[in-house]
Amino acid sequence: MAFDKMELRDIEVWDGNFAAAQALRQAQVDVVAAYPITPSTPIVEGYAKFKSDNYVEGEFVMVESEHAAMSGCIGAAAAGGRVATATSSQGLALMVETLYQASGMRLPIVLNIVNRALAAPLNVNGDHSDMYLCRDSGWIQFDAFSPQGAYDLNFIAFKVSEDHDIRLPAIINQDGFMTSHTAQGVTTMDDDTAFGFVGTYKPMNDMLDFEHPVTHGVQTEEDWHFEHKARQHSDLMLKVSPKIDEVFADFEKLTGRKYSQVECYDMEDADVAVFCLGTSVETAREVATEMRAKGVKAGVVGLRVIRPFPFERVQEALKDVKAVAILDRSSPNGAPGAMYNEVCAAMYSHESSPLISGYVYGLGGRDLTKAHLVDLYNELETNVKAGKVTTQLQQFIGVRGPKLSFL
Amino acid sequence: MSEMKKIKNLKEFSTSADRFEGANLLCPGCAHSIIVREILNATNDDLVLSASTGCLEVCTAVYPYTSWDASWIHIGFENSSTAVAGAEAMYNALKTKGRLKQPDRNPKFVAFGGDGASYDIGFQWISGCMERNHNMMYVVLDNEVYANTGGQRSSSTPIGSSATTSPAGSISYGEKMNKKDMMGIMAAHHIPYAAQVAPNKWKDMVKKIQKGFATEGAVFINAVSPCTTEWKFDPKDTMMLTDLATDSLVFPLYEVIDGKEFNITYRPKNVVPVEEYLAAQGRFKHLFKDEYKYLIKEWQERVDANWAYLQRREEAKV
Repeated sequence: MAFDKMELRDIEVWDGNFAAAQALRQAQVDVVAAYPITPSTPIVEGYAKFKSDNYVEGEFVMVESEHAAMSGCIGAAAAGGRVATATSSQGLALMVETLYQASGMRLPIVLNIVNRALAAPLNVNGDHSDMYLCRDSGWIQFDAFSPQGAYDLNFIAFKVSEDHDIRLPAIINQDGFMTSHTAQGVTTMDDDTAFGFVGTYKPMNDMLDFEHPVTHGVQTEEDWHFEHKARQHSDLMLKVSPKIDEVFADFEKLTGRKYSQVECYDMEDADVAVFCLGTSVETAREVATEMRAKGVKAGVVGLRVIRPFPFERVQEALKDVKAVAILDRSSPNGAPGAMYNEVCAAMYSHESSPLISGYVYGLGGRDLTKAHLVDLYNELETNVKAGKVTTQLQQFIGVRGPKLSFL
Repeated sequence: MSEMKKIKNLKEFSTSADRFEGANLLCPGCAHSIIVREILNATNDDLVLSASTGCLEVCTAVYPYTSWDASWIHIGFENSSTAVAGAEAMYNALKTKGRLKQPDRNPKFVAFGGDGASYDIGFQWISGCMERNHNMMYVVLDNEVYANTGGQRSSSTPIGSSATTSPAGSISYGEKMNKKDMMGIMAAHHIPYAAQVAPNKWKDMVKKIQKGFATEGAVFINAVSPCTTEWKFDPKDTMMLTDLATDSLVFPLYEVIDGKEFNITYRPKNVVPVEEYLAAQGRFKHLFKDEYKYLIKEWQERVDANWAYLQRREEAKV
């Protein structure tokens, strides 16, 4: 029985979860193995409903844990077809072992992570603790700032991940609730256009090709392990970035929507900038525009591609700015923020570097308000005037009690 | 439906086309390789295989070599079951979509795991696969110990066995817990087919494996796999040990269909005392001290009671 196509309006009102579910439908994923967890559940519920209503032909395997979800995805991907799933937070934590296995086995899988805090204390709301949990897992990692991004980046992720020169799994992050459960206008592609962009899956080393049996997931010790890991890193460093550029360009040609690995907003002549991820990028852009009306040359840098970390492009984006605030939405638990460290590493090795200060914000879904960002831009202005960072290097924003700052 | 492979005798069986190569790093006398060959040789159909982390995996897929002349995957310790379930799901998807490269084939999906990977760490994954009734076979290579990591107790390790984490000593007889009834638990999933097998009874084994391959849905196989290293016996005695295991009824051979129909498939003509089974293995050596001899008596009573229970179930067809 052939599956049915779905008529979409040019602009649909979708939240990030439904946008991702629609992308999985249109990409004609072959296997989804999944386990529910707030706030990512509606993605796989959406896929299951599409299956029940004959809008997809792929298999949906509702497994008994997130670890099993990714295990099933790995088996399915090795068998030779398009594979995707979704998770959040504790589920991702349980899945982490298999993330490294998936990438080390060079299997293209698309994982939607709806970012949420990590317990304890238990919390279902958005922050980036889980995102950082898989930072070094060897996956390509994108960040959506809105439901539109959650939709578009899924297609881009399949195309990059499944390319035979790449063969690495890809994550699309979106903010829990702020993106996943907040409906916005999403410009859609029709089913044929969307599937045409990703194309039919082209298998490689597929277990279901019985004329060419393959062994997946071998043992290597000190004799070969290093070479395998080095090769994977090398491909991430050298091959993935140009491939992402190429796919971004193809996507722009098709849809008119332009994506960049480092998304710069009003950065051409900016004196002060905020560097952040997720929904905060959009809030910061609004505040930057308001600051410009007050005469402050404010800009925003949003990180679209977290891995491979676009080191030179971050340098390029920040080299002429005088002061920048790096926002980390995760508790560093005894160190400077993870993103702060990465940006500092990039700028330290560049001939010109701005004054860099770090901010920890929004843990467990705490709002980052426009007022916070106004204060922050003003603080950066003070730093510019003083020619040095006038505060401590790490400050917490929006937490109760006396001001919390370190270093 | 694929045709069932006809096997006339042991010679023919042992020389049939082998998709598990003799070139592997398993210990001389290891029963794992015998069991795996018996299972793979039971069919001519294509195979999609997996193994959990453990002896079988580390000894058969050391880069840049492989002992597997069939598609094979290893992910981790706990998930060989789900790896194959995922591959089976992909097979179904590509079949529906008409994208199989060789659509005329009838592949069999088989996952292997040791008792540590199955009774302990991978228990939930296997339960999930059985409950969802994937068209696959899960095989436990049950050597009753974490052999690959050097002999720690698992929940399959029987009482009185000396394992490195439950060692016999001046005030201990070793493992204190009874072996987990994995067959009972798996049959309780009401899967179409569950069976306990032993490599010495190869005809019984082939019959059950072929029955399993002909079954639509989830199949669970528990295979006794005497471990020369951890059970502590001479590598040349593997089959003798297996004979003692089946003929003492410590490892009774039976099958459970749909969780209900219960058939004992092997009744030894001469039942061997459990004491002989225990005496043949270094892991039970300490039980023969005067102060622990009561445990040998208890062992015999337990085996007798279990045999009586299995027969009652067979009679009652429940």
